[in-house]
Amino acid sequence: MTDLLLFWVPAVVALVSTGFVITRRNASHALIYLVVSLLAVAVIFFVLGAPFAAALEVVIYAGAIVVLFLFVVMMLNLGHSSVLRESRWLRPGMWVMPAVLVTALLLVMVYVLAGLPDATTATKGAMVGPKAVGMELFGPYLLAVELAGFLLLAALVGSYHLGRRYLEERREA
Amino acid sequence: MAIEVPVEHVLYLAAALFLLGLMGVLVRRNIIFLLMSLEVMMNAAGLAFVAASARWGEPDGQIMFMLILALAAAEVAVALGLVLQISRRFETLDIDAASELNG
Repeated sequence: MTDLLLFWVPAVVALVSTGFVITRRNASHALIYLVVSLLAVAVIFFVLGAPFAAALEVVIYAGAIVVLFLFVVMMLNLGHSSVLRESRWLRPGMWVMPAVLVTALLLVMVYVLAGLPDATTATKGAMVGPKAVGMELFGPYLLAVELAGFLLLAALVGSYHLGRRYLEERREA
Repeated sequence: MAIEVPVEHVLYLAAALFLLGLMGVLVRRNIIFLLMSLEVMMNAAGLAFVAASARWGEPDGQIMFMLILALAAAEVAVALGLVLQISRRFETLDIDAASELNG
């Protein structure tokens, strides 16, 4: 019972704050709610016995990626007018159709998952620590690590290219 | 110490978070909010992988989560560069403004 509570309290926090992320009009408010959602998911990782994944979630998602978003929001200088424009774009009627479609998908998912046999589904309750992850990562998954390195290099070059042209045009203007 | 919960509860949560992100992608028109919703969706996929890792007591799921993390970081870096270009070129953040396909 406590186990279920330990899981569902951060789960509800994550769901509510994610709901706020997709409905806010102000981009910085949505980003703060996104941080709350990511931290709640990090708590879930921790109680599931994945402390390394929890640390990475805080450091990379809540730390690096959201801060990158914040930099761009500040560079674009979104003010009161953007909140008004957002209200114009977001009419209440627009939510109906996506909500219906998404609820249908969720119902199918819940129906399928609820049909699983009970005995096979409990999590082990064992910690999978950083050492086990590291041994596996640089053993059988070494090739995947190198491919991720290629991907990050490509992203670095691409974003430098895009961002540099932005800055040059800005200087000329 | 770690808890024992039925893995389908974690998968319910992952599905709900993924679908909330999908709803954000379908409804919003502002590119920044679209990217935030994409982050939510990828995070939900990572949660499903970590749940599998906890179910079997093996680190493979966490490794997949780390690869998703690298993918998310790369995607967001390039996409935010594109957002700067679009806001510069079209003077708006409306995703429909960039539908012309001819630069």
